[in-house]
Amino acid sequence: MGDTTTFLRATRREPHRRATAESPWVRRLLITGALLFLGIFLVMPLVSVFAEALSKGLGYCFHTFRDPLTLSAIKLTFIAAGISVPLNCVFGVAAAWAITKFDFRGKNILITLIDLPFSVSPVIAGLIYVLLFGAPGPFWTWLSDHNVKIIFAVPGIVLATTFVTFPFVARELIPLMQAQGRTEEEAARVLGASGWQTFWRVTLPNIKWGLLYGVILCNARAMGEFGAVSVVSGHIRGLTNTIPLHIEILYNDYNTTGAFAVASLLAFLGLVTLVLKTWIERKKSAALRAAEMDLIA
Amino acid sequence: MASKSFRVLPGFRLTLGYTLLYLSLIVLIPLAGVFVKTSTLSWEQFWHIITAPRALASYRLSFGASFLAAFVNVFFGIMVAWVLVRYEFFGKKVVDALVDMPFALPTAVAGITLTALYAPHGWIGQLLAPLGVKVAFTQLGVFIALTFIGLPFIVRTVQPVLEDFDPEIEEAAASLGANRWQTFWRVILPMLSPALLTGFSLAFARALGEYGSVVFIAGNMPMKTEITPLLIITKLEQFDYAGATALAVVMLVGSFAILLAVNLLQWRSSRHQAQV
Repeated sequence: MGDTTTFLRATRREPHRRATAESPWVRRLLITGALLFLGIFLVMPLVSVFAEALSKGLGYCFHTFRDPLTLSAIKLTFIAAGISVPLNCVFGVAAAWAITKFDFRGKNILITLIDLPFSVSPVIAGLIYVLLFGAPGPFWTWLSDHNVKIIFAVPGIVLATTFVTFPFVARELIPLMQAQGRTEEEAARVLGASGWQTFWRVTLPNIKWGLLYGVILCNARAMGEFGAVSVVSGHIRGLTNTIPLHIEILYNDYNTTGAFAVASLLAFLGLVTLVLKTWIERKKSAALRAAEMDLIA
Repeated sequence: MASKSFRVLPGFRLTLGYTLLYLSLIVLIPLAGVFVKTSTLSWEQFWHIITAPRALASYRLSFGASFLAAFVNVFFGIMVAWVLVRYEFFGKKVVDALVDMPFALPTAVAGITLTALYAPHGWIGQLLAPLGVKVAFTQLGVFIALTFIGLPFIVRTVQPVLEDFDPEIEEAAASLGANRWQTFWRVILPMLSPALLTGFSLAFARALGEYGSVVFIAGNMPMKTEITPLLIITKLEQFDYAGATALAVVMLVGSFAILLAVNLLQWRSSRHQAQV
């Protein structure tokens, strides 16, 4: 980056630009074009969420948030994310440990399978659990005999959320731990540390930023998931509505301002996610650079 | 053999076993259920469901709008990535962080916001209405929502390649007499193409399955603005599980085929580069 700035300053001073740089007006045209595109497609939607939410004043906004239905939706979203994120976090660490610390056949297939939920439509993610646990499914008789509800109930919502957020932590940790190698853990073992000590004292401090990064992305998706949860929820107000589903209900009830008020909560969460993500990215790339330096040395 | 039986690090069986168990329980077994359920249909029944006119219209819209949106994103994605890597301007870091917004903004929020913006009285809709352009509740609206969703994929795959680009290559092109446009078209773009292909397919696959951001702006009229995921939900709500599952199989096979094709292309191009 530093190179570019000094080099741009140089072009301004000299009448002849370098052969590998664009003329100033091409540069300006490209910057304007890119910013215009991002302005229309990213900034305007974001601004409009908050503008619509406040269109009837701050009081109306608070009124929506005092509604018990809104509060129960917020609670359910926290429950769903609170279960699925730790589950996928433990899985991500275990999968990354198995894949990066050992050699075995079929490793690439395993990595592809872990990524699979990303290429499945959220609607299908919901559908598969309806087929498995719903009325015509193989477990239906047993479930209804024992009065266990999974579909159109909280467990289904947790399952669907877990499916769509499945790969986040694993796919963040696998490349990071691959780059860091095995030597530090092996040294710890040779020096007499137990397996758990090695993990807690050596591996975890090395991967903490990557892990946090994965968790942040996983959580953002878990709290915002709409399609998959919509299929399994049954939309029972106050019982099986998450925040995104509550937004849809308010919107379809022509309570647009209320819908945007609740939406602004999720948009704010999205902004916080972006800020945290940018901050952690910097920490993470520093950790990765340190690992690369170790490899060279 | 000796190196295989003696492992310095512990936990291989535990972690691999847990990984396989959890993967099977959450992903593989439920997904297999789709194919098991479809096998209860006869081939004629299956064919009849997936080639119904309403289903065909939904594929046309889903595949067409996703392809178009991903294509537009290739063009603007290169431009945004180029500007972010090569130029300095005020607020660049904020812009860089904002590119990921479609990943962080829940799809339902994106859906209602885009609808509000492009409705006839919305900020953008009222500018387009006098020109006779309707966006909300038309196929154009579906395209807009899918463009929004796919935006970060191309930028984020092209950006690292541009950052690592060896300046000597461009210098060589310039010293051999190529102007900037020729250098870009003949030298830079071909080297970006594997990354572009990856980004394109990721954006395309994501758009194919997208539901939340589309349903609000699409208007959801059968045969006109109904995407395949919505048709699946409609069938589910009518308790037509077999019909919903058959369409799901079409979508799954479609998106796996795209991923496979892209992996093969990349494998071939990397082999080709290795030979050169």
